[in-house]
Amino acid sequence: MSEMLEKLQLEAIKEVLEVYPEKAAKSRAKHLGVDSPEGVKGACDTTRSNKQTVPGVMSQRGCAYAGSKGVVWGPIKDMIHISHGPIGCGQYSRGGRRNYYTGATGIDTFGTMNFSTDFSEKDIVFGGDTRLKKALSEIDELFPLNNGISIQSECPIGLIGDDIQAVAKKHKAESSKPTIAVSCEGFRGVSQSLGHHLANDAIRDEVMTDTSARSSFESTPYDVSIIGDYNIGGDAWATRLLLEEMGLRVIAQWTGDATYKEMAIAPKSKLNLLHCYRSMNYISRHMEQEFEIPWMEYNFFGPSNTTASLRKIAEFFGGEIVANTEAVIAKYTKMTDEVIAKYKSKLEGKKVMLYIGGLRPRHVIGAYEDLGMEIIGTGYEFGHGDDYKRTKEDLSRSTLIYDDANEYELEQFVKKLRPDLVAAGVKEKYVFQKMGLPFRQMHSWDYSGPYHGYDAFAIFAKDMDLAMNSPVWSHTKAPWDKQEVGA
Amino acid sequence: MQDVENIVNGQKLFLKEEYQEVFKNKQEFESNMGSVNPAKVEEIAEWTKSWDYREKNLSREAITVNPAKACQPLGAVMAALGFENTMPYVHGSHGCVSYFRTYFTRHFKEPTPCVSDSMSESSAVFGGLANMKDGLRNCNAMYKPEMIAVSTTCMAEVIGDDLNAFVAGAIQDAEGELDNTAVTYAHTPSFVGSHITGYDNMIKAILEQLNPPKSEKVLDEERINIIPGFEPYLGSLKEIKEIAASFGDKIFLIGDHEEQWNTGAGEYSIYAGGTTLETARTAINAKATVSLQKYSTMQTSKTIKNKWKQEYETCNPIGLSGTDAFVMKLAELSGKDISAELKMQRAQLVDAMQDSYPYMHGKKFAIYGDPDFLLGLVSFIVEMGGIPTHILCNNAPKKGWEADMQAIVDKSDWASECQIWPGKDLWHLRSLLFTEPVDFMIGNVYGKELYRDTNTPLIRIGFPIFDRHHLHRYSISGYKGGLNLLTWITNAILDQLDEETKDTGKTDYFFDSVR
Repeated sequence: MSEMLEKLQLEAIKEVLEVYPEKAAKSRAKHLGVDSPEGVKGACDTTRSNKQTVPGVMSQRGCAYAGSKGVVWGPIKDMIHISHGPIGCGQYSRGGRRNYYTGATGIDTFGTMNFSTDFSEKDIVFGGDTRLKKALSEIDELFPLNNGISIQSECPIGLIGDDIQAVAKKHKAESSKPTIAVSCEGFRGVSQSLGHHLANDAIRDEVMTDTSARSSFESTPYDVSIIGDYNIGGDAWATRLLLEEMGLRVIAQWTGDATYKEMAIAPKSKLNLLHCYRSMNYISRHMEQEFEIPWMEYNFFGPSNTTASLRKIAEFFGGEIVANTEAVIAKYTKMTDEVIAKYKSKLEGKKVMLYIGGLRPRHVIGAYEDLGMEIIGTGYEFGHGDDYKRTKEDLSRSTLIYDDANEYELEQFVKKLRPDLVAAGVKEKYVFQKMGLPFRQMHSWDYSGPYHGYDAFAIFAKDMDLAMNSPVWSHTKAPWDKQEVGA
Repeated sequence: MQDVENIVNGQKLFLKEEYQEVFKNKQEFESNMGSVNPAKVEEIAEWTKSWDYREKNLSREAITVNPAKACQPLGAVMAALGFENTMPYVHGSHGCVSYFRTYFTRHFKEPTPCVSDSMSESSAVFGGLANMKDGLRNCNAMYKPEMIAVSTTCMAEVIGDDLNAFVAGAIQDAEGELDNTAVTYAHTPSFVGSHITGYDNMIKAILEQLNPPKSEKVLDEERINIIPGFEPYLGSLKEIKEIAASFGDKIFLIGDHEEQWNTGAGEYSIYAGGTTLETARTAINAKATVSLQKYSTMQTSKTIKNKWKQEYETCNPIGLSGTDAFVMKLAELSGKDISAELKMQRAQLVDAMQDSYPYMHGKKFAIYGDPDFLLGLVSFIVEMGGIPTHILCNNAPKKGWEADMQAIVDKSDWASECQIWPGKDLWHLRSLLFTEPVDFMIGNVYGKELYRDTNTPLIRIGFPIFDRHHLHRYSISGYKGGLNLLTWITNAILDQLDEETKDTGKTDYFFDSVR
């Protein structure tokens, strides 16, 4: 069976490469492969990644601005994030990611709003610094409870050579509020990934250095920070619950539902807990070097991963925390066992293909496997080599690996491998649903969630059952097209 | 903890006691304002509702907050998808294209094909020619389009890429591979105008570049072109085609994306429907072109009027009088009578308007959206005796639009109570709604937050609408579209009336089964 699958997977790669012109085929061939848990083929070790996208294809990738504003900075709720440049970027990234937060929007929190300098031709010709300066003072007048402002550069800013750092510095001095300029122009790098890095650098330089924000902070031995959880559908809240039940004190949550102060006190943590490695390993490494805070990756998708991660975290603290953690695990295991008992029979053996962003192409594999489902293909929109190496540990059968896959390749792979479920993003959703294939959006949990932790696994299982076993898929073929029985 | 018999998602999960405790614990670390000082939040919140705040807000010059507009290339993508087997191609970074595809996909709940040539730092230094050479070939090989419609991003515009030379160079470089594919191109800088400008520039580019020079024009007296404009309602396109068909079979839509965003289940194909390239290539031969969105086709009109020397008309068939004018224009241009079917549709719409008018009469509305959409919708509100108290257009063209809108408003008995707000955003509208409240808001999804803040019910008509399903499948144009508008608005008013009268024993003496 698995040999058969591997043969199909290799054929699928061969077939898509045949369509490209020679130069593009040569480039794409390096991003595609098959890996298996035995590691014989080793696509995860060799797949080329984080390289320029082939021009002229429908790549699913975003840009550096999307990585900085859309992912890292945007969810910091008590700051105002200016999309600096023309109107589009701010508008398209408005409210599209479900980074949940609490607060009075427009008054002391600003998460779902779009602040833009809305460039006109004049700004391009004469520079946008004057407009930006004025925008900053208007913001302070109209939104006095903002706890800081970030300036997120769109493409033209770097090209016309505006000195936004100087404008930010001046405003910071005058207003005594954090004012942080991030040069995350969309053309930089090859995907949103560089935007994460640039955003991390800005946090390192502008937030981590703000010692006054944490001067009166009183530490306890059990202080931890959640790093790289964007609170999609409330994930970080579900995570926080478990950590608190273990006896830990979560002092910061980055950056879903984060505040500036939480960012600034994170250097007081005893341990940084890193969920999205891709987007925030940079700042975790920095805090390790600069403040000697160890960091640890964890995975809260599905009970197997959650339990293993909880134990790993508990082991770091030892003693009482270990005992508490075992009690927490025991408390929830009964419930998650019941969830599995309820749904596994309906989902077992179903084949899934994934195509997502930062960590989920590997992290969610275990959650599917807890329900008896099998992953037959996975890949990253903007992963790096270390992401693929980490993926290998999670593979349990022959798996098609595709880096920076475009719409054409995904469609061909799905047609060839015939998965029972495709889990990817909104741009892919309707393509596969039209083919009659169940689909779940795994960037936004298809407007459900949370999916992190034990309570969330129940939602995950319920959602996968909803996806796979809805009667709507049986209507795809019209009755007059169905073969008559016995005909 | 979850109850396996009744698994709930975040909506109810986070209301459970243990999660409320999590929120409380978190507040300790949050900030020195906001959550730890509710009195201050309350004080500022109250201030933002005041006339003082309104004045400060309306006088802001540099920051735009919650606008209701998008940028040029998005409109160019819609324009391109109105032609058969056409791949929209954006010369710039793929980040923009991801955003365009996502934006349209969320509105239409359909896939949106569009490629980019993935420009990056090296293109910023050396220009994007290399990207275009590879990009056009790859796009052509993989997606086999009949036409590739190239638009630009702000990046390509700032570095000054010469599209004309680039496209020609790329075609030459492709060694014959692109010879059977039409490649059209338009400059669509995001820092000029809005999505409707991009729509305009792309339609103009396609028409200019596909059609022969004026000297080769072969006039077809029976032929009429219709340009729909940036049209988010697929049903409107369908209805316009139905109306046009009743005046002959030589009336063609130029830019018809109805089928592209309305494909069925069963299989997926990248391209669906659209104006045939043959029709596009002969557009110059028509006797006249009618644009249904004056301000979405400003540049296109210049080509048709001045270069092609063709008769050019604008009609806005939203609401009764707008549809009347459109129907009469087609009758005049085609020389054919208005069909009995259309006459009946008009009579039915008027009948329905007379049935429902008491609920709209004297009601105050705040309406926001694209310039042409607003001209049509405000006209309809006025026809119904409603009061368009605030008419807000973020992307209002500087010339002409305000006067056109004023002329419509002047037909209202309440003209002096109507205010037109060009160039204002939805944070401005928030102040307007607090200081001069209205009964209902009409506009796109972004009014949702204004509904929460001001408690003004939102009737979702416009673009984009992400949080309601299938509204885009209906028409808002023509007589049948007018009936849809009437149905949506009247029933929203009735829903609100029911809401306000449902308190048992208090207000429900007016909770009638007969309205």
